Amino acid sequence: MEALSSLIHGFGVLGDPMNIVYMFVGIFLGVLIGVLPGLGGANGVAILLPLTFSMSPVSAIIMLSSIYWGALFGGAITSILFNIPGEPWSVATTFDGYPMAQQGKAGEALTAAFTGSFIGAFIATLLLTFLAPLIARFALNFGPAEFFGVYLLTFCSFVGMGKESPFKVIAAMMLGFALAAVGLDTVTGQLRMTFGSTELLRGFDFLVAVIGLFGVGEILLTMEEGLAFKGRSAKINLRVVLHTWRELPKLWLTSLRSSLVGCWMGITPGGATPASFMSYGLAKRFSRNGSKFGKGEIEGVFAPETAAHAAGTSALLPMLTLGIPGSPTAAVLLGGLLIWGLQPGPLLFVEQKDFVWGLIASIYLGNIAGLIVVLTTVPLFASILRIPFSIIAPVILVICAVGAYTVHNALLDISVMLVFGVLGYLFKKLGYPLAPLVLALVLGDMAESSFRQAMLLSRGSLSIFWSSPLVAILVALALVMLFWPLFAYISEKMGRGPRSPEIVAGP
Amino acid sequence: MSSSTEHTEHTVSNRMMELVVAGAFIAVSMLVMYDNWRVGARWVEDGPQAGYFPFYIGAIMFLASLGTFVVTLRSQFGDTNFVERSQLKQVMQVLVPTVVFVGLIGLLGIYIASAIFITFFMTWLGKYPIYKSAPIAVAVPALLFVMFEIWFLVPLPKGPIETAFGY
Repeated sequence: MEALSSLIHGFGVLGDPMNIVYMFVGIFLGVLIGVLPGLGGANGVAILLPLTFSMSPVSAIIMLSSIYWGALFGGAITSILFNIPGEPWSVATTFDGYPMAQQGKAGEALTAAFTGSFIGAFIATLLLTFLAPLIARFALNFGPAEFFGVYLLTFCSFVGMGKESPFKVIAAMMLGFALAAVGLDTVTGQLRMTFGSTELLRGFDFLVAVIGLFGVGEILLTMEEGLAFKGRSAKINLRVVLHTWRELPKLWLTSLRSSLVGCWMGITPGGATPASFMSYGLAKRFSRNGSKFGKGEIEGVFAPETAAHAAGTSALLPMLTLGIPGSPTAAVLLGGLLIWGLQPGPLLFVEQKDFVWGLIASIYLGNIAGLIVVLTTVPLFASILRIPFSIIAPVILVICAVGAYTVHNALLDISVMLVFGVLGYLFKKLGYPLAPLVLALVLGDMAESSFRQAMLLSRGSLSIFWSSPLVAILVALALVMLFWPLFAYISEKMGRGPRSPEIVAGP
Repeated sequence: MSSSTEHTEHTVSNRMMELVVAGAFIAVSMLVMYDNWRVGARWVEDGPQAGYFPFYIGAIMFLASLGTFVVTLRSQFGDTNFVERSQLKQVMQVLVPTVVFVGLIGLLGIYIASAIFITFFMTWLGKYPIYKSAPIAVAVPALLFVMFEIWFLVPLPKGPIETAFGY
């Protein structure tokens, strides 16, 4: 197996003991980010990105991806102990996790959540190991039209799979594209939408936008709730862990199903959040104890966490092979790669073998490290959560300001971050999705250049988008996704009909 | 968000807010289209002009926001409160000091501004006595200073006070 030998080579890249240290530091920081309100995978990685500029790309990406794994684990802690989802994808975990904690079974719930996460991520990593090289090799033949087709499919999927109003999804996405176009046009050298301002020449950096939208916006939303943490104490020891592990093999079917749901939603830009809801819904429907869900079923904790982690991990598959991230956090990681001069896409697997396989190997190790770290440090993080919000909030806002500044060493970026924060608050309240905005901001330039190249090849004729079977299929799928809400609307009007591709609509 | 609509708490309806935001989107999209038309959004000898792609982005944004606007106008729902007055007050209690904080960064540098911000936030909103808030207000910027200026050698904005100490 070629993939296997490449993987072993990847573990060799990890040999540097410093990389293992970075991994543990990253996981620890990630869990911290995951439990704190206002800091999450996407903006946490964005804030810490500038700190890694002095490292080698391999060490840096290992640390950043470890932060990401840590954040995925961390969300479960707050959900189960405090009934507050630390991350959107752990909302479904609160349904059964918090009741279990109330019944004094917090240890079991946490063990199930962490183990589920581990299994989900492991299966997704296997998929990544064996599928990624194949997709990358296939994608080597892609021309600009094919790439534009993939971009189109990605963005149209947001319309088809999102539960928000399609108009709002499109508007938010187009705002992202428009902001990405601000500044110097690299092809013609003309200035676009700078309105005579020299500050706008640089354009809008998506890292600043992410810190504002997800960080500051989240703090404002949290403030609205008038925060009062009422946490359950967690006792987690080896006996509880082993006892829970003995129970879990019974759930093999659930774990397999949840992992598959997660992988699918992660590769398509559905993301971890809908994956966790969908997996919870499926587990409830198929479980023998389905009626007990919501009252503290261990399966109800296990299923969403497995799917969320599988989705979080498999979001890296399109990011690495096609340069199209499946989630905002993957988008931030992609931004990091670009800063180090690594262009994600099929060529990455040819030109940067060490890097790619080192990263994939680090996911295997990072997950094991993550499981160990979270199982041993739950009490510590639970006590961090008891720090009152009036201390946490200003500190997080200060960290966000520092993060926004360090992206370009520009003072104006801190104000831009604040504007994005208010925007994030408004958008969240009105149901404008943030993920398509961020992805459009990241991919805007690349989508535009692939469109332009395709148009140059065809001398301005749109017919290039159905000139070959592959492009035609991609574009056709994209159009189906784009008009899916319309089909759903019409069939609803007709009385009965198929449901939207998303099985469970979460809050 | 909230289902309770007491008249005493009335601020602004969800419908109004939807219309304002959709209207803002329409305004932005028109600005985008205008500026890219100015740059050139047509096809010339050597390919598409610089404004070609963004112009159509603006056009799609215009249509989508018009859609939201019309749907909102025609819907019967949406007279619930966008935000309760008490909630708005809490949000403003965070937002206004943060705006001041961002302004102070430019004047005093990030370290001093952070110290002031954290002290203010803890004593005013958190009702902590000054002897509890002061240590945190000093420790956080100090930690940032060590991390950024010394370990990672990433300079952060500094003001007159740091300059006096030779940084």
